[in-house]
Amino acid sequence: MAVIGILDVDLCGPSIPRMLSIGRPDVHQCDSGWVPVYTDAAKTLALMSIGFLLEDPDEAVVWRGPKKTAMIGQFVSDVAWGELDVLLVDTPPGTSDEHLAVLENLKKHSRVDGAILVTTPQAVSTGDVRREITFCKKTGIRILGIVENMSGFVCPHCSECSNIFSKGGGEELAKLTGSIFLGAVPLDPLLSTSIEEGKDFIQSFPDSATFSAISSISQTLLESLQTA
Amino acid sequence: GAGSPHANDCPGTTSEQAGKSSSCAGCPNQKICASGATKAPDPAIAEIGEKLSTVKHKILVLSGKGGVGKSTFSAHLAHTLASDSTKEVALLDVDICGPSIPRIMGLEGEQVHQSGSGWSPVYVDDNLAVMSIGFLLSSPDDAVIWRGPKKNGMIKQFLRDVDWGDLDYLIVDTPPGTSDEHLSIVQYLSSTHVDGAVIITTPQEVSLQDVRKEIRFCQKVKLPIIGVVENMSGFVCPSCKNTSQIFPPTSGGAERMCADLDLPLLGKVPLDPRIARSCDEGKSFINEVPDSPAAKVYQSIVQSE
Repeated sequence: MAVIGILDVDLCGPSIPRMLSIGRPDVHQCDSGWVPVYTDAAKTLALMSIGFLLEDPDEAVVWRGPKKTAMIGQFVSDVAWGELDVLLVDTPPGTSDEHLAVLENLKKHSRVDGAILVTTPQAVSTGDVRREITFCKKTGIRILGIVENMSGFVCPHCSECSNIFSKGGGEELAKLTGSIFLGAVPLDPLLSTSIEEGKDFIQSFPDSATFSAISSISQTLLESLQTA
Repeated sequence: GAGSPHANDCPGTTSEQAGKSSSCAGCPNQKICASGATKAPDPAIAEIGEKLSTVKHKILVLSGKGGVGKSTFSAHLAHTLASDSTKEVALLDVDICGPSIPRIMGLEGEQVHQSGSGWSPVYVDDNLAVMSIGFLLSSPDDAVIWRGPKKNGMIKQFLRDVDWGDLDYLIVDTPPGTSDEHLSIVQYLSSTHVDGAVIITTPQEVSLQDVRKEIRFCQKVKLPIIGVVENMSGFVCPSCKNTSQIFPPTSGGAERMCADLDLPLLGKVPLDPRIARSCDEGKSFINEVPDSPAAKVYQSIVQSE
C-alpha cells in the first residue's frame, strides 16, 4: 500500500483536518521530530497542519510573512514523516511567503517533483493561474499539469449541464502556456457534503462523475511521476 | 529540531511586546523587534490619515477562504454604489498576488499615470475609480513573487500616493486570509475612520470555519463588522427551475453562524452562470441582468448598508 503524506501550509485557512475528519489531536514529539497525525490505523495517510496546533479552532493565525516562513520551515524539517511514497503539499492562493518558504525548505531535503495547478473554468481564475505558472517557471518547479475544478454542474432533476463558472478556461490555459491539461472535475454536491462530514467521497460515491474525473487525473499524475 | 510545536500570535512589530513575547521565539525578526527599531510609528500613517480625510466611507471586503466571490462582490458593490451619479466611488484592490479587479471591472491592459498630485487611478465611469497592482504589471503572465514587507510597502503607496480626490465610498478588496495585507490595511488606515468590514462566505462549513477566524481577526484589530454575505447560496437550474444546493450548508450556513455570533446576515446571493460571465467580460452583472435573483439580492444588500 502506498504511504502518502499531506502537508497543509495554508496557515490562515487550514481546511484539510476537517476534510479528513481528523478533529484536533495533540501533536507529539518522538526522537526524530514531531509525529504527523495519521488518518488511519494502518498509517497510510499522514497529515500535518497548523489546525492541530491551535487551542481554539476559531482562533485566527494573524501572522506576518517571517513568522509564517519560520513555521513552514519547521513543518518541513521537523516533522518525522518517515518513508513516504508521495508528499502532497496544499498551499493557499498566491505567490508569496508560504510558497517560497515551502519550496526553499523542501529543496534542502529532497527533489520537488512538480506542481499541480488548480483553476476553475473562468477567465478571472485562469488569469491568476497564469501568474502561478510564471512562479513555477521562475522557481524551477516542473508543472505536472493543470486541473480544471468546478467544471460544470449536472442538474440532478433534469440532467441539464450548467456551466456555472464558465467553460473551457482550463484547457485554454494549458494550450496557452504549453502545459499538460490533466482533466476537468465537475461540481457534485455530494463531494461538498462528504468533505464537510469527513466522509471518504471515493468510498461513498464511486459512481459519481466527479470521482471518475479525480481518479483518472490521479492515474495520469502517478504515471507521470513514475516516468520522470 | 524545535521545542514543542505551538502557534501563538505575533504581538506586532510596534507593540511593547515586540521581540519579547514568548511567541517571538523562532521568528527571524526577533532581534530587530527586541531592539526597539520597529516601534517608532510610521509617518505614513498620519499622512494617509490626512490624505483620506476627504473619504466619507471606507469599507473592507474580507473572507477567510479563497474562491468565495470576494472580488466579484467588491466590484458589484462598487458598481451599485456608483449607479447613483451624485456619489464618488473608488475600488482599491490590495490582492497583490492575484489582482482580479482590473478584469472584473473591464479595465484589463489599462496603465496607471503619475501626475504632480500622485498616481491617478483608472476610471470606469466619471464617478468610479479603480486602483490595482494589475495596472502596474506589463503582462498578464507577470507574477508578483513578493514576501510580506514588499507587499506592505505597496499597500502603503496605494493609500498614500494615489490621488483619490473627494470620495463618498472607498471599497477595499483583499486577498483571503489574516496576514500581511490585512494587518497593513488596518494599520495604515488607523488614523482614519473605517466604517467596517463585509465578510464573504459560501454556505459550507469549510468556508465558515475560516470566516470565524476572520471575525476573530476583526475583533482583535477592533474593526467593526458591517455584516456577512453568503455567496453561491443555491442554484436554480435555468432549464427545469429546480433549486440545488451545490455547496450544502451542512452546519446551517451563514444564517446559523450569524445567529450564533449575533452578526447581521446582509444577504444570500444565489449561483448564476451569468455572474461568472459578466466578470470574465468585465461587465457589471447588475446592469446586464438587473432582474435576476442575484442582482436583486445585491441591491438589497447595498440598501441595508
